[in-house]
Amino acid sequence: MTAHPAVSQTIASFGEATKAKTPNQEAIERLMRNKASVMGFFVILLFILVAIFARVLSPHDPLEITSGQKYLPPMWIKETPGGKASNPDYPLGTDSLGRDVLSRVIFGARVSMVVGFVPTLVIVVIGTLVGMVAGYLGGRWDNLLMRLTDVIYAFPDLLFFIIVMVSLRDSWLGQFMNGMFLLFISLAVVNWVGVARLVRGQVLSLKQKEFIEAARAIGVRTPRIMTHHLLPNTLGVIIVLIAFRVPGLIITEAILGYLGLGLRPPANSDSMFVTSWGGLLLEGQSAINAQPWILLGPAICIALVVLAFTFLGDGLRDALDPRMRGTK
Amino acid sequence: MSNEAETLLKVEDLKMHFPIYRGLFQRRVGAVHAVDGISFEVKRGETLGLVGESGCGKSTTGRSILQLYKPTNGKVLFEGVNLVDLTGEDLRKTRRRLQMIFQDPYASLNPRMTVEDIVGEPLLVHGVIPKEEIPERVKHLLELVNLNPAFSSRYPHEFSGGQRQRIGIARAIALQPSFIVCDEPISALDVSIQAQVVNLLEDLQKQFNLTYLFIAHDLSMVRHISKRVAVMYLGVMVELSSRDELYENPLHPYTQALLSAVPIPDPVADAKRKRVLLEGDVPSPVNPPSGCRFRTRCPIADKVCSESRPDFREVKPGHFVACHMVK
Repeated sequence: MTAHPAVSQTIASFGEATKAKTPNQEAIERLMRNKASVMGFFVILLFILVAIFARVLSPHDPLEITSGQKYLPPMWIKETPGGKASNPDYPLGTDSLGRDVLSRVIFGARVSMVVGFVPTLVIVVIGTLVGMVAGYLGGRWDNLLMRLTDVIYAFPDLLFFIIVMVSLRDSWLGQFMNGMFLLFISLAVVNWVGVARLVRGQVLSLKQKEFIEAARAIGVRTPRIMTHHLLPNTLGVIIVLIAFRVPGLIITEAILGYLGLGLRPPANSDSMFVTSWGGLLLEGQSAINAQPWILLGPAICIALVVLAFTFLGDGLRDALDPRMRGTK
Repeated sequence: MSNEAETLLKVEDLKMHFPIYRGLFQRRVGAVHAVDGISFEVKRGETLGLVGESGCGKSTTGRSILQLYKPTNGKVLFEGVNLVDLTGEDLRKTRRRLQMIFQDPYASLNPRMTVEDIVGEPLLVHGVIPKEEIPERVKHLLELVNLNPAFSSRYPHEFSGGQRQRIGIARAIALQPSFIVCDEPISALDVSIQAQVVNLLEDLQKQFNLTYLFIAHDLSMVRHISKRVAVMYLGVMVELSSRDELYENPLHPYTQALLSAVPIPDPVADAKRKRVLLEGDVPSPVNPPSGCRFRTRCPIADKVCSESRPDFREVKPGHFVACHMVK
């Protein structure tokens, strides 16, 4: 077959095939132009590194009790009204038992990062699966799964956490990993519903698109339609959701810690997870008037991490939004 | 109409009703009668044009033939096999024989897949050729639709509407189907590109002996490409005939009105001709009129038209019409 003259001309004028940018590469480029997001990203990276190398970075053992060194002020206060002088060995001071506040804040980062990321993974996997099945298959599946999510959605989160923590705290499940495992499970149980609803909504709108119909007309099997056609087009929404969900979980953990429902005190000194920022807030609040520095570290860290995630999430949303495509 | 040609596709009393659910308990309160009992045949190698205004059920007909919607009633016999009865893997395997070209070249290509993945997917999921040979075959297919094969690693958003439609056509012919539903394949394109795409479709038809069901609302384009033309109104077929017979001697009052609305590129002739103007709007397909669907707007409707539904009968050899008033 010979090409039509007009067509061959079109082809010629289109020029040589240049290196194509994938939609993902374009999104990353847009993200890099957003300074607040890049800063947020580096702050998060910093906290992740701190969490990983907590044992190396902390100047003291976070559990080490030093008698006679109680309530030492941080280094920028020379002497408290009570007559205690700061000690350069303890830059952020010490708590009611003489433990180093800086070391405890550093170890707290570990809990917050893990609590932020690990349940999020579980949440996203379950939520995406449920949302996709409900949205794409529709009908009976949709009804069943969505009524289930409605029930979970309607149950007050905090009440659920309190009931779970109080009733299972002393079981083997509650003691496993100092209670971290139980915390993961209960956070995941409550939070997957939001992802499921969002993914279902996205899938419902994608389902109407002709490329899904085209895939069916070709004879693509349902699992492949889900993994190759629906998932890649939902990924943007899911990534943004992760960025906003992680700080939500960090705050939830801090609230639970503050309520005394978080981690159990570790059984031995080489435990991975010693304390959390929420737990530190609880310890600090009793001395909020006389020794406010105990609160200061964890409070600033929580605020910083949450803010960083929010900036990154905003940037990701703008970068991945297809309507933003092509804008400078 | 040549009777020697083999019937490739036979549609019998096809109905597609979409249920409407309302209220707290999602009770079924009615149905959209998108397609309400149509029968026709398509011969191998021909192009059957399907025209009608928006919402008359043209696209639904095409999609129900391909089993993208499960028809409420009726048979779709493709090479003697009733597609409506096929399910699961049997249906999936049959799908390679029937393909579709979509209206919107922007929505019909997955934005997250490269051209090679899009055009190669049918080959991959049906396993017709070894995986390693797919890139080479895709390049060949792109050449067939007059696209530069070097573009196969690009994404759909880097192409124009006409180029995207060519990608869609390459995908549709990848499995060497015998029947393709073209669902308004050119209505979303610039006029200058339309002719190119139509010529391409005609070339491919000759080359691969393809059979088209060409859905459109542009009557002059349908006249150009079709061998026979069917006219639909509100879910039913009102007239079916060979192209020249239909355009020169339309029998159904709706067809006459439709053809008289086609602009003539000659102001003198245009001023002289008699236009049939239809009054009122298309009735709702949820509650279609009794008897003849068209009677509410028909200039020659009689009492009998509201009482019984006219048969779709052959008034001349190869010329079918559904009207009580046509003798």
